[in-house]
Amino acid sequence: MTNKNLNLKLKIWRQKNSSSIGGFVDYDVSVSPDASFLEMLDELNNKLESQGLEPIVFESDCREGICGTCGLVINGQPHGPVPKIATCQLHMRNFKDGDTIWVEPFRAKAFPLIKDLMVDRSALDKILQSGGYISSNVGGAPDANAIPIPKDVASEAFDAAACIGCGACVAACKNASAMLFVAAKVSHLGLLPQGQPERYTRVERMVAKMDELGFGSCTNTYACEAECPKGISVKFIARLNKDYIKANFKSKSYDLVEEFNA
Amino acid sequence: MNKLDSKVPTGNISEKWTNHKFNLKLVNPANKRKYTIIVVGTGLAGASASATLGELGYNVLTFTFHDSARRAHSIAAQGGINAAKNYQNDGDSIYRLFYDTVKGGDFRAREANVYRLAEVSGNIIDQCVSQGVPFAREYGGLLDNRSFGGAQVSRTFYARGQTGQQLLLGAVASMNRQIDLGNVKLFTRREMLDLVIVDGQSKGIIVRNLITGEIERYSAHGIVLATGGYSNVFFLSTNAMNCNATAIWRAHKRGAFFANPCFTQIHPTCLPIHGDSQSKLTLMSESLRNDGRVWVSKFKNDMRHPNNIPEDERDYYLERKYPSYGNLSPRDISSRAAKEVCDEGRGVNGGDAVYLDFRDAIKRLGKKVIEERYGNLFEIYQTITGDNPYEVPMKIYPAPHYTMGGLWVDYNLMSTIPGLFVIGEANFSDHGANRLGASALMQGLADGYFIIPYTIGDYLASYKPSLVETSHSEFEKVENQIKDFVKRILSIKGKRTVDDIHKQLGRVMWDKVGMSRNEKGLKEAITQIRELRDEFWRNVNVPGNDNDVNQTLERAGRVADYLELGEIMAIDALERNESCGGHFREEFQYEDGEAKRDDENYSYVSAWEFKDEFKWELHKEKLVFEYVKPTVRSYK
Repeated sequence: MTNKNLNLKLKIWRQKNSSSIGGFVDYDVSVSPDASFLEMLDELNNKLESQGLEPIVFESDCREGICGTCGLVINGQPHGPVPKIATCQLHMRNFKDGDTIWVEPFRAKAFPLIKDLMVDRSALDKILQSGGYISSNVGGAPDANAIPIPKDVASEAFDAAACIGCGACVAACKNASAMLFVAAKVSHLGLLPQGQPERYTRVERMVAKMDELGFGSCTNTYACEAECPKGISVKFIARLNKDYIKANFKSKSYDLVEEFNA
Repeated sequence: MNKLDSKVPTGNISEKWTNHKFNLKLVNPANKRKYTIIVVGTGLAGASASATLGELGYNVLTFTFHDSARRAHSIAAQGGINAAKNYQNDGDSIYRLFYDTVKGGDFRAREANVYRLAEVSGNIIDQCVSQGVPFAREYGGLLDNRSFGGAQVSRTFYARGQTGQQLLLGAVASMNRQIDLGNVKLFTRREMLDLVIVDGQSKGIIVRNLITGEIERYSAHGIVLATGGYSNVFFLSTNAMNCNATAIWRAHKRGAFFANPCFTQIHPTCLPIHGDSQSKLTLMSESLRNDGRVWVSKFKNDMRHPNNIPEDERDYYLERKYPSYGNLSPRDISSRAAKEVCDEGRGVNGGDAVYLDFRDAIKRLGKKVIEERYGNLFEIYQTITGDNPYEVPMKIYPAPHYTMGGLWVDYNLMSTIPGLFVIGEANFSDHGANRLGASALMQGLADGYFIIPYTIGDYLASYKPSLVETSHSEFEKVENQIKDFVKRILSIKGKRTVDDIHKQLGRVMWDKVGMSRNEKGLKEAITQIRELRDEFWRNVNVPGNDNDVNQTLERAGRVADYLELGEIMAIDALERNESCGGHFREEFQYEDGEAKRDDENYSYVSAWEFKDEFKWELHKEKLVFEYVKPTVRSYK
């Protein structure tokens, strides 16, 4: 692999902290087409450091597209121009010599900026910490084969469970809605027999938390699915809505019974 | 004087854990909430321990340097998790998993620990399914299995090529539930930089808040480290960018012995290096070797396209050398065999890569079946390399992956410092000199769900440790040392970047303390590492300051630790005059190139005590094999 280097102009968002004003800074780079996008930033940072300058802050970890740490908006698209990959899997062979590339952080009200390209996505975890689980203490589990689960059901649950929690769906959405993220977890657990006992309380609690944290509403533009590195389908949002409506009826009728008994 | 007491219970191996659990002291349910336990790390081991300790009612403080618990590198494990369920009716049993693991580890693991691991393996699968982990299933709705290296039974449970992700999300969900209930408090973006010991017991940790730069103190009755392995000492490895050895290394310098540091695993199926800007290596799951055939040309410097190399000019060297295990030979053996053929000049185009070919499997099973089994792995491969593995064989090469070595622990998973427990990859306990595929996930969850919850209770009930206030002078002292360390790194303002020095260290480690080692190379490595360490402290340049996000500063601290850890890895490799598992000393091999173990002289765990700046004392824990008699480990 001895392809010629690409010469590119990068316009990278730099911002000292959430209260300062940020802006684009220009950098010229020459990079191998076999390098990844983040390796290009590594090289640029190494050059900045060797000049005693502060490197560009961006986050990444596994660089295999599974941990969900990385996330840049590249030329206006979360995770860049190639569908169904995370930023770390984007390789420079997808760009042409002489290209200008705009690099920005994920932007959403619920994701406050920390520095340069680094944002705070802890709101996503707060949603999961509001019921996004199956209550099953260690010690009490029955044999793993005690409850057969049809292959297609397990497979559909997996499709939803594949979410890497990167937040691209939120960054892609004009309303900064977290519906796809929440729908993925609600569907993963709601499809499985183990998830049935808490199915309706789960969806109510998670949706309430999502609203509380400042995520926007879903207006069905499907931008989330288009940018999701795991290609999670918006059909799960329909599923969430169905469960949410049912949950409302259930808790209402529960209230009526309580009233009646009282 | 031997300072190592493994605390292995007496009795028949199949009854040791049961008896031990009965003999362990319990903490009354009402008293549990009075105890605070710190867990550092949120991978499989840390998240499962936090969840389970929370369920039991302890007050748990959990720390991670990530922004979210789910980012821990367990998430990237692809292939699967072993368990002795015998769902396939192919002759598996707890004893067979125990046997395979002891043998796979080349007879350098503690039998009792391995047996316990096999014993709880089935419960792990039960627990994960109950949490909603979507394992692969057959059409009848029951769980499916696949085969992994070093075993002749199908005992690996999997969730497509993302098993680690699904298991971690399950463990983190259980932990999230405990956060929801108020039993676990999670501190994100905190990196542990030191351990605080008061009167010989672990009492707390010092962390750096990675957003504000503040140095913070936390105290607890017991501390659990679940901070993973140290393969990033090689710079290029399959570990995530931020995986590091700092927590275990700083604990080591405070008195925890480091066991078998030279036992590192080089994984045979990774993507080859593309160039100088390479930041890490990507693993391709070992499960691919279920159907992929590994080969190179029979000729040196063969520049032909692989599809133009006829069948009779291909050398399926694993099938040729190890007919009974073939492409599923264990990792150490497969990696070394790849190196051997590449050193002969028979690698891809004469370089450092071999082919992993699915042509025959596609012919036999059809493209659809292969796509179902490995579709996402093939996609990853194509994204990174631009080649389509359905049409052109994959190119692979070994890369540093897992570290069997780690902090020494006894049967209770407690280190040599009372109150400091070490679980998961961070300890040394179960894999000996080589880990079998799909056993890391098993060990992480066994430690976290099923072992530490019992053993830490025994420590609390027996020692009745007190809680030390963070205003204690010892906290003050350690915090000041860390502040000085940070100031010192920032004040050097030399000429070389942190990455530049780390890459140089990585090359030394890979060339001389990597897949094959010899006395001369190891001695050179020790000298070079020391020189590089001196240079680091004279000539590194870390821009920015300490009261802000400073990723270079974070990396600098980790590299400072690698520059010390690398030395003890080389010292340990030099001391061990034998070849075993991942540790291959060129001087010790059979005529056919197989590793030559020396059971008479080296059947022990090397546990290194940090004495003074770069002086270590070796302690030996003798390994006794009562059940699996050490033999030449043959996969032929």
